[in-house]
Amino acid sequence: MKSRSIPLREVYVWEMPVRIYHWINALCIVTLSITGYMIGDPLSITKGTEAYFNFWFGNVRFIHFVAAFLFFFNFVFRTYWGFSGNEFSRWYNFIPLKRSQWLEILDVIKVDVLQVTHKKINSIGHNSLASFVYFITFLIFLLQCLTGFGMYSAMSTSALPKLFAWVVPFLGGDMAVRQLHHILMWGFILFAIVHMYLVFYHDYIERTGVTSSMIGGWKFIEEDAVIEHDKEAAKSHNT
Amino acid sequence: MEKRSSFYEEVQRKGIPRRDFLKFCTTMAAFLGLEASGVGQIVKALETKPRLPVIWFHFQECTCCSESFIRASHPLVADIVLNKISLDYQETLMAASGVQAEDAYKAVMAKYPGEYIVMVEGSIPTGNEAYCCIGGRSALQILEEAVKNCMAVVAWGNCASAGCVQAASPNPTGAQPVHKVISGKPVVNVQGCPPIADVMAGVVVHLLTFGRIPQLDGLNRPKAFYSRRVHDTCYRRANFDAGLFVESFDDEGAKRGYCLYKMGCKGPVTYNSCGIIKWNDSVSYPIQSGHPCIGCSEAGFWDNGPFYQHLPKVAGFGIESTADKIGLGLGVATAIGMAGHAIVTNIRKNKEINNEPETGSTVETTKEA
Repeated sequence: MKSRSIPLREVYVWEMPVRIYHWINALCIVTLSITGYMIGDPLSITKGTEAYFNFWFGNVRFIHFVAAFLFFFNFVFRTYWGFSGNEFSRWYNFIPLKRSQWLEILDVIKVDVLQVTHKKINSIGHNSLASFVYFITFLIFLLQCLTGFGMYSAMSTSALPKLFAWVVPFLGGDMAVRQLHHILMWGFILFAIVHMYLVFYHDYIERTGVTSSMIGGWKFIEEDAVIEHDKEAAKSHNT
Repeated sequence: MEKRSSFYEEVQRKGIPRRDFLKFCTTMAAFLGLEASGVGQIVKALETKPRLPVIWFHFQECTCCSESFIRASHPLVADIVLNKISLDYQETLMAASGVQAEDAYKAVMAKYPGEYIVMVEGSIPTGNEAYCCIGGRSALQILEEAVKNCMAVVAWGNCASAGCVQAASPNPTGAQPVHKVISGKPVVNVQGCPPIADVMAGVVVHLLTFGRIPQLDGLNRPKAFYSRRVHDTCYRRANFDAGLFVESFDDEGAKRGYCLYKMGCKGPVTYNSCGIIKWNDSVSYPIQSGHPCIGCSEAGFWDNGPFYQHLPKVAGFGIESTADKIGLGLGVATAIGMAGHAIVTNIRKNKEINNEPETGSTVETTKEA
């Protein structure tokens, strides 16, 4: 048997609201992508019948709209949590404004993406590259909400979609908005593929229990890294 | 200043009975979405208000807007074109030519400053203004001069509202719609290629009756006619919700009148009154005739083709590329990248495992022993 004895700490990284956000978001993205793709390119599953007896495509669209509202409010909540959650969920993790974040991005590219250098990167939350990619996905979320509700506003009388009515004239018409909305869907699909692969990869290589951390919230981090992190935190707190 | 006769006086002179005149006013009130009292307002305006002086320019266009206008469903609508709005200058319809024609529109500008309406058919070349010159002056010069003292500008059709085919990629003449080249005056974009005749008449009647431009949407289109999508007012809409689609022009679905969404119908992204007012005396409209909407009242509809494909092609990725094909390609590329990455990862992981000392196993064996 192979075993290894290294001092580890369990760190509570993802708080309950972050975890709930994550899974609602995942569910919404899967639902929205599948129904969205169907709306863009519907299947002809019913034939030789009258419209009176069917409503399946209306239902597909209805599911898409309901999931969109859920996705939107979930996203709004996560934005709020970026200003009130623990240090790993805060907004400043996601926007690389500090030199140290850019250095870590370079490190992650060398170690995890290109695999040309081998060293352990001990990020307790997301690593800086992942955070930056999430920031880009947040922008895509925002654009997707703007274009989606922009198109929806034309057929809605309720207040929320009406707030987005300016989007369609701003982008020059429904055709452009629809095309952008469709292209961005592929952004979600590609993100989901790479995201899932990287979860496997990190769990496989780093063994911090990152997969189950999104269920339980705790990660296994090497003690030295935790001490280092606390030191850094104390330092930045004092300055 | 000479007295301008009113529309009703013109109508009487032509021997048209008052009953027909009132029918026309009622039709117009209905098109404009006015309440019943609006009919009276229209009647009064057409009886009393002097004729509206109009200069109607033709720039880069095909005259289909004029052609559409004179085919309006109510005969009196054609009369508005020819009589009520005094078309002091209209290249297609005026009798004058040459110097007299030039004089006619200059006279309007001099006589009715702040009162006349400039109606424009066609886009304006800005890349090289010489692409469209009339009487030795460029379209831009003519328009700028005419707009200076006008009351409002009406941009007829897709050319004047959004550039239409001239402004489609690569836009060799640098064609621009009216609202992009002038400023300071209200512009009404009456969209469509061409616009529906009754919509055009409705805009004119509104200008006459109320003396101001109609309520506009975010893209300066009259809300009365362009606030709803062709899709939402389509009589085939029930088939869309039921998931019943035409798959080819000769299939069972086409015969049964299913939704043309999969044939590239742009109804869901097009704002117009085709589904309600329809064309040619409300006989039919493209979808009713079995053809998908091509979105002719939307900006850039030529570049969002092909007409018979629901997803537009993506510029710069070959002729037949759609967002889906590119997305799928990127997906495959990602999968290949991941596979390569996974192989390297496994080599790395195996090395790491092999480098670990076998301490654990010896402990295990001693225990068992």
